[in-house]
Amino acid sequence: MERNNLKNKNTNRKIHNVKIGYFLAYRQLKHASIWTTSLIVVVMMLTFLNLVVVNGILVGLIQSSIDASQDRYSGNVIISTLRQKSIIENSDEIEKVLSNLPNVTDVVPRVLAGGSIESDYRRLLKEGETPNKAQTSISGIVPSDEDRATGLSKYIIDGAYLDNNDKDGVLVGAFLVNELTPVDAVGFTQLRNVHVGDKVRITVNGNSKEVYIRGFLKSKINEIDARVIMTQSELRKLVGRSDTNVSEIAVKLKDGSTEMDGVRIKEILSANGYDFDAKIQTATEAQPKFLKDMKSLFGLLGTLMGSIGLVVASITVFIVIFVNTLTRRKFIGILKGIGISSKSIEYSYIMQSAFYAIVGALLGVLVLYGFLVPFIDAHPINFPFSDGILYAPLRGTLLRVLALFVTTIIAGYIPARMIVKKNTLDSILGR
Amino acid sequence: MQNSIIITKNLVRSFIDGDKETTVLKSVNMEIQRGEFVAIMGRSGAGKSTLLYQISLLDTPTSGEIVIDGVDIHDLTEDERINFRLNNLGYVFQDYALLPDLTAVENVALPLLMQGYDKESAYKRSVEVLDQVGLQGKYGNIPAKLSGGQQQRVSIARALAHSPAILFADEPTANLDIESSLLVLKIFKEIHAKGQTIVMVTHEAEYAKTADRVIDMKDGVIG
Repeated sequence: MERNNLKNKNTNRKIHNVKIGYFLAYRQLKHASIWTTSLIVVVMMLTFLNLVVVNGILVGLIQSSIDASQDRYSGNVIISTLRQKSIIENSDEIEKVLSNLPNVTDVVPRVLAGGSIESDYRRLLKEGETPNKAQTSISGIVPSDEDRATGLSKYIIDGAYLDNNDKDGVLVGAFLVNELTPVDAVGFTQLRNVHVGDKVRITVNGNSKEVYIRGFLKSKINEIDARVIMTQSELRKLVGRSDTNVSEIAVKLKDGSTEMDGVRIKEILSANGYDFDAKIQTATEAQPKFLKDMKSLFGLLGTLMGSIGLVVASITVFIVIFVNTLTRRKFIGILKGIGISSKSIEYSYIMQSAFYAIVGALLGVLVLYGFLVPFIDAHPINFPFSDGILYAPLRGTLLRVLALFVTTIIAGYIPARMIVKKNTLDSILGR
Repeated sequence: MQNSIIITKNLVRSFIDGDKETTVLKSVNMEIQRGEFVAIMGRSGAGKSTLLYQISLLDTPTSGEIVIDGVDIHDLTEDERINFRLNNLGYVFQDYALLPDLTAVENVALPLLMQGYDKESAYKRSVEVLDQVGLQGKYGNIPAKLSGGQQQRVSIARALAHSPAILFADEPTANLDIESSLLVLKIFKEIHAKGQTIVMVTHEAEYAKTADRVIDMKDGVIG
């Protein structure tokens, strides 16, 4: 009973100290210079943005590449050939099953074949001259279906998109053209000096066909930019395939679908035994390992830089509160002199620090989600391999708000404690 | 109830600066009675303020004993000293020592709030004391908007609001003009008449006459 009373008394005393701390903090903030307060809040806001934006841009670089790959190429689930196979057995059946699933919006079948594309093939080569030729993968698509699902036509940088009846037109990916993506690597060949309307020769399995370049594609997705794309019907004719099987099926799900929805589609196909006919992967599983590693690495780098930002922020707050408490040392002495508890005085400085952190972080969140994220989404940063976005998921942002809040409170508490512990009379007399 | 409210025995306060030790209070023995108005006088450096700081618990003596209202303050921790000051002592400083962010009424109410008064009662009591020292209508002014004399009266109101056992005043008139100084002394006389114990440090012999008794300090000892 007595112990409970003592506990209650201690709790009441703590609450009372907090109340007095609030009384002092509120009035100090109310009468503080608006410029000083604004400056501290802006520093906190910038620190918060530094924490989120540096990490967000670094991870966004990779995330945008991943998102773009899913959006423009793989969809939520990508079905490809098993090793040593050039086609997916029972493609028609798989497509039919997929089309009947409620969450699926698009099923995009593609026929793929290894081959080459060659320009200037009618001209005799001079001595030592190499043919203007590139080894490539040729993709046969149904242009309207592909465009509806992946928006491929948006990535034409020169020329025009294919129409469904195009019998002698191809699209050439930017990686295959030296003028568009200069690559100087041993064993890697590119076309040189080719233009829209040029006649080129495509060869697959020894069968050749002369076609015209309708346009060039640059999507920043390797699987697209390193391919030559033509209509599926023409590619089938070229390779002499009479069956309706395909080599790749991209499956797009409704907007807002998650990785788990992709996993469910995979499970349904596997339950039907189609995993014996094809390799079924979710978009995440299909990501190259280096991309996953880079995402982790960039995340780590971002966190590291953010942590340095956090240390800088805590030092800033420490200095601000230290200077503030130092200049108010006399008044802290007076407070102690007239009987205000040390805890109340410390709480008042903690609350001021908390105010700076909360207002700074709130402004930062407003700037982040009200301006930066939508702006960078609308105007992505043009990196060679991706359109950089600002990747700032709410959970991560809230964690950073918490980190800033805790750091700021600690940084505010330490100098307040240091000054409060000083001799009361020395503080009053400024000794 | 004991009649002696302050007792000091062999009170010594020394300061060490490098190798040099300066003793400002040299074995001071003194008693002040409950309800007494005592003025501590002396020249600059005589030790009068240092004595006040010891008996008002703002400083810690090097050696000796201080008993205030029956409590041996030697045994108190820093937090207990703060609490003791809150509940038993009131201060009027030479430079008013008001908190610049707080209005007159907030300055006065703060110790009451710390004592556990609710806001309404604390403000009501603060207004009463401010009226008592002649500051009607100045409740919402921050110190910067008050004259020196008015600030000192707010300081007195703050010191009296929680009805302390002893009111300590360190050169309360030093920064004031004659008119304001006389007003402060008049207030002291009035509250003393109601039984308030007052210990005031001053170097003005004329003002010291207001007190019941004058303690003369000379070179760290009571003369």
